Amino acid sequence: MTVTLEVRNLRTHFFTRAGIVKAVDDVSFKVERGQVLGLVGESGSGKSVTGFSIIGLVDPPGRLAGGSILYRGQDLAKISEEEMRSLRGNRIAMIFQDPMMTLNPVLRIDTQMIEAVQAHTNASHSEAWTRSRDALGMVGIPSPEERLRSYPHQFSGGMRQRVAIAIALLHNPDLLIADEPTTALDVTIQAQILAEVQKLATEHGTALIWITHDLSVISGLADRIAVMYAGRIVEAGEASTVLDRPAHPYTHGLIGSVPSRNKKGEKLRQIPGMTPSLLNLGVGCAFRTRCARATAVCEQEPPETLIPPERIVRCFHPMQDVAA
Amino acid sequence: MNEPIIELRGVSKRFGPSYDAAARVARSLSARFGSPPRNETVRAVDMFDMTVMRGEVVGLVGESGCGKSTIGRMVAGIMPPTEGQVLFKGKDIVSLSTEQAKDAKLKVQMIFQDPYASLNPRMRVEDIVGEAPRYHGMVPKGGGDDYLDAQLQRAGLDPAFKRRYPHQFSGGQRQRIGIARALAVQPEFLVCDEAVAALDVSIQAQILNLFMDLRRDLDLTYLFISHDLGVVEHLSDRVLIMYLGRIVESAPAEEVFAHPNHPYTQALLAEVPRIEARKRRFTAIKGEIPSPMNPPPGCHFHPRCPHAMPRCSVEAPVLKEVASGHRSACHLNDMG
Ligand SMILES: Nc1ncnc2c1ncn2[C@@H]1O[C@H](COP(=O)(O)OP(=O)(O)OP(=O)(O)O)[C@@H](O)[C@H]1O
Ligand SMILES: Nc1ncnc2c1ncn2[C@@H]1O[C@H](COP(=O)(O)OP(=O)(O)OP(=O)(O)O)[C@@H](O)[C@H]1O
Ligand code: SF4
Ligand code: SF4
Ligand SMILES: [Mg+2]
Ligand SMILES: [Mg+2]
Repeated sequence: MTVTLEVRNLRTHFFTRAGIVKAVDDVSFKVERGQVLGLVGESGSGKSVTGFSIIGLVDPPGRLAGGSILYRGQDLAKISEEEMRSLRGNRIAMIFQDPMMTLNPVLRIDTQMIEAVQAHTNASHSEAWTRSRDALGMVGIPSPEERLRSYPHQFSGGMRQRVAIAIALLHNPDLLIADEPTTALDVTIQAQILAEVQKLATEHGTALIWITHDLSVISGLADRIAVMYAGRIVEAGEASTVLDRPAHPYTHGLIGSVPSRNKKGEKLRQIPGMTPSLLNLGVGCAFRTRCARATAVCEQEPPETLIPPERIVRCFHPMQDVAA
Repeated sequence: MNEPIIELRGVSKRFGPSYDAAARVARSLSARFGSPPRNETVRAVDMFDMTVMRGEVVGLVGESGCGKSTIGRMVAGIMPPTEGQVLFKGKDIVSLSTEQAKDAKLKVQMIFQDPYASLNPRMRVEDIVGEAPRYHGMVPKGGGDDYLDAQLQRAGLDPAFKRRYPHQFSGGQRQRIGIARALAVQPEFLVCDEAVAALDVSIQAQILNLFMDLRRDLDLTYLFISHDLGVVEHLSDRVLIMYLGRIVESAPAEEVFAHPNHPYTQALLAEVPRIEARKRRFTAIKGEIPSPMNPPPGCHFHPRCPHAMPRCSVEAPVLKEVASGHRSACHLNDMG
């Protein structure tokens, strides 16, 4: 298997007036060709910032503070903005959590899609139009010819999300970072999109990073799962191992909060306590104020431990063979 | 629980040839790119009836683009219907005096599907959440910050960040700013449009528990729009299933999930992804997705329905009671 992307010890920090926000702090992972990595975790834990870091779109006062991002062996952290631009939207694409990061509110959908096609190919206007129409149809938008003439605000929330997906898929990227791409989509349309994405992975060998909080989607899609908490990956491994026998107490709590695992009408189980602020986060395990297994040793930095054959967990007292 | 707080009577919404200001600006800006858009009418909502009782949680479910947010906006009084009436506590909201209308607008709050577009990027969180309650005198004198902090905390946001702007937050954090803003003005009715869609399940649980508490303590009433059937099942008393602008099924939550009647509902429930499922093949949509610009005649679902009969493409089925409190719009129910 060839590795499409390898992120090593990535740090992305925001240098704000109030202090340093370590949004991504020492994150490492790999995605192989044709493989799906599910990136899950607490809201605000650094999933989107990880994605922005890979495609070089971190806004000041944020910047890469260390690490490397190897795309087919080439370090994206070191290439010029011009080189990055020719990769971005072409070989490396990102579906943003906010579709309006892709879409321009004052331009018609056709204008934007045709431009996106022509940015990386020398397709004629009519070829580009045809590809745009087909791409809209592929993400389940009916009457694509008429809809191409619309403006973004004339679309429903889920339709805007789907246009952003269609644009990201235009050039069959080698690496696709999808940030909560199906959050507001009903199950039918969601399945349609997941089917397209799976096709892309199998037929084009696209490596996928699928960022989501939706564990039921990721359980059906991902080969591997990485769980983020407060800027770190706290657990990573094969999808079914992580979901069936979570080792990190945070992962365990997360899976227990899924509504279908709770009795109807009763209080849903939630992880006690508040998300830690990433501002001036001290040493020690960031989960310790909310963790039932915490002991004095957790005030130190938990090391990355290997659970054979290949799972890693950052915890002093990982759970062993506890069903979720 | 026995007084209707919101009623929709024969409500339709069509988006047609007239362009709003944003579209006009857009049109003039894009005049050099080919022809202007044709005047096609989108039939977003078609003859919709709904009654929501005080203290009730009504779930609204349906395919992307079927008209859920449009219903939500009309209920919240921020978009007028093309036809029909929206009643707030028995009064048509278009007939209300300015003062009453203002009050109704305050009492019915909406948590918007799109947390990005609905937050003013140039306002700090403290103003986004705190301004309206201050203006409406809900904050005790001198206790401004306590009130604000409590609102933020309740939505799972750290009050230490109240001087930040929306772009400095993650997607789920922004969604919680929208939740805090809606709850801060102490509404009686809350339209939740995919309000927890961007939250991880643990924070989602925290917010859903908060919603349930507010309902218990304050009789808060909800229209809960969500694609997540697990969440809808957990929270709702009654569920409305929508397809292409119309209600196709309406029943108590347990009933819909246990005995779905309409073929669309059945198809929907069959596809719910489960966390227990592992690496599976997702299947593309079979059949054509009908367009609200050109809805199929008869039953809107017939091009995709496995049970479609000749009658289905001619005659639109009406909602009929199939069990106590359970209504469905399908010709199969006439076959005995
Ligand atoms: N411009 C900024 N200035 C300061 N902090 C920021 C900025 N942008 C993001 N952050 C912080 O960085 C952290 C990580 O944000 P990120 O958007 O990556 O979270 P996420 O894991 O994608 O969460 P969600 O699931 O809610 O989208 C958050 O705590 C956020 O508040
Ligand atoms: N301002 C508008 N102008 C023109 N058409 C619109 C406008 N707002 C919505 N529509 C159209 O009305 C239909 C219903 O949209 P709505 O936003 O209500 O769908 P929805 O059910 O909320 O979908 P989603 O689940 O994707 O959010 C869509 O076809 C949409 O394109
Ligand atoms: S290191 Fe300690 S506090 Fe952190 S998750 Fe493990 S047991 Fe809990
Ligand atoms: S009316 Fe006909 S087409 Fe419509 S759902 Fe029933 S059987 Fe299917
Ligand atoms: Mg995010
Ligand atoms: Mg919507």
